[in-house]
Amino acid sequence: MNSQAPVMNQQHAPDVGQPYTRNEQACHDLSIRVRDLNLWYGKSQALKGLNIDLFQKNVTALIGPSGCGKSTFLRCLNRMNDLIPSVHIEGLVEMDGQDVNAGKMDEVALRRRVGMVFQKPNPFPKSIYENIAYAPRMHDLVSRKADQDELVEKALRDAGLWNEVKDKLQEPGTSLSGGQQQRLCIARAIAVQPDVILMDEPTSALDPISTATIEDLMDKLKEQFTIVTVTHNMQQAARVADYTAFFHLGEIIEYNDTKVMFSTPAQKKTEDYISGRYG
Amino acid sequence: MSHSFDEISQQLKRRHRKSARLKWISMGALGLAGLFLVLFFADMLSKGLPAFQQAYINTEVRYTEEASRDGRLAFEEELLPLISRTVVRVIPLQLRNNPEMIGTSEQRWMLATSEVDQYLKGHRNRLSDEEKAEIDERVATGQVDLRFNKTFFGSGDSKIAENAGILSAVVGTIMTMIVTLLISFPIGVMTAIYLEEFAPDNRFTQLIEININNLAAIPSILFGLLGLAIFINFFGVPRSSPLAGGMTLALMTLPVIIIATRTALRSVPDSIRHAAFGVGCSRWQVVRDHVLPLAMPGIMTGSIIGLAQAMGETAPLIIVGMVAFIPDVSASFTQAATVMPAQIFTWSGEPEQAFVEKTAGGILVLLSVLISLNAFAVVLRKKFERRW
Repeated sequence: MNSQAPVMNQQHAPDVGQPYTRNEQACHDLSIRVRDLNLWYGKSQALKGLNIDLFQKNVTALIGPSGCGKSTFLRCLNRMNDLIPSVHIEGLVEMDGQDVNAGKMDEVALRRRVGMVFQKPNPFPKSIYENIAYAPRMHDLVSRKADQDELVEKALRDAGLWNEVKDKLQEPGTSLSGGQQQRLCIARAIAVQPDVILMDEPTSALDPISTATIEDLMDKLKEQFTIVTVTHNMQQAARVADYTAFFHLGEIIEYNDTKVMFSTPAQKKTEDYISGRYG
Repeated sequence: MSHSFDEISQQLKRRHRKSARLKWISMGALGLAGLFLVLFFADMLSKGLPAFQQAYINTEVRYTEEASRDGRLAFEEELLPLISRTVVRVIPLQLRNNPEMIGTSEQRWMLATSEVDQYLKGHRNRLSDEEKAEIDERVATGQVDLRFNKTFFGSGDSKIAENAGILSAVVGTIMTMIVTLLISFPIGVMTAIYLEEFAPDNRFTQLIEININNLAAIPSILFGLLGLAIFINFFGVPRSSPLAGGMTLALMTLPVIIIATRTALRSVPDSIRHAAFGVGCSRWQVVRDHVLPLAMPGIMTGSIIGLAQAMGETAPLIIVGMVAFIPDVSASFTQAATVMPAQIFTWSGEPEQAFVEKTAGGILVLLSVLISLNAFAVVLRKKFERRW
């Protein structure tokens, strides 16, 4: 499906003056479409009428000051917010023409297609091999042991970890360094061959060298996957992201091609944030 | 305004004195607790260890025709007051099982009466001076001696002190604990898993949680009444049976296991759950594959400690009839049985001097079982805690 410039004629998309632009030259396939998304934690509204199109095989960075709702928004994309009892969601999050919040959508099926990498590396307390093999086995992606071995190797290779761990696959995943653990988590996420990988500040707990490794990895992974990443680090967004969305107080202030956004931001708030005046 | 070092140390001196005083008080409290513990163990060991030895008399046993009717006739008459009355039945039974022995005789170590036993151990006894002289003589020739008390570990309760043992109580305890474990462990763990991982946090589950916490604090005798009313009177579970006792103790252990399991589940970091949900696990897969393996050591230790607590329990078992005279080792879960603390309780009520050391001996057995259970729980925790 080729996406045209922001379409606002759907019933879910009220005609509101959302700051919403995108690079007209780039013409990418739509991955996730979000229309008028509102989210409340109990009585306090955390996301206010979000509209955004996320494009396939691109890196989209979500930036903004702390508490602006970017992580909350990220968790809407694979329904991780379901785990928080007080959360209430309204609006449309559409993937492959289906509303992910609809009753008939199984959140397990959704998370199979939308993988996630967390802020703190959280490998399972199992062997490196098991960390990768567990999910594909659970989803019946592999039946024979040989297929499983192959899949583990491929996932670790794609995550750029294979050469470092190929001789110690049976050692605990937690014995690796922080950066390696995070790449293990990425390998775990891509092992089930999802369409989208969500990354919630994946490098904030890592040293600069590991961070650079992960950034290179994201650049490579976008050939296969749609990546949505939350980051506090504006340089990182500028380096890795094709598109950037700037969040402020639960709203998307600006969404644009990263280069455009960082060179000529349309909004004053964006400019202030990017130039480090607050946040 | 600034203070000189002198002024500050003047004030500090008072504070240091205060903390030193507190330190001494708390060390004193610790010392006192330790002293009581030492006194308790010394008392139990000095009273109970002799129970593991028993007086035996080495004598000739004549397996005559008459002896197969009355065992006493197998012995010299002058020895009879010293030999345990148990021979009345033991010898005929032996001869009935081995008829070919009739007509033979042999030199054998026979169980002496508890009076002889107590005399040898220097305790109060009712022996006459002649009997004492007789015993002294035989002790000198090595024909009366204290030997390892096989009876204490190898037989059930008896009204004859030298014949009383703890085996039926040990077997009863094991059977009762099996019932308790089989009931309370799965129900307790599943309840905790539901409350911790599945249940919504609403008024109803909060009410359940408060009630479970309160259940853990209920006097145990009330569980006995509940067991009597429901299991025995309503469901017709046989009275005094390990089944009835085990079910009653399971009620008591349930809240302990639930609370221990919930604590163990709660100590599993949420990041593991998120990781599992993130790769598309269903709730049950998250619990089974990721949370439970990590929580298992905590669950096991909690359950073992709950079980140990149930093992030492007497009050609820009085109500369901497990404090009774049970001479035979029970063979099934529905037969009458007794448990170790109940056996100790029964013995402590016996007037005979010989039962005093039996009581202490029983306590030693119970204590060593409890200590080894707790040690096992600690080892288990150490072994499996954070394997990675």
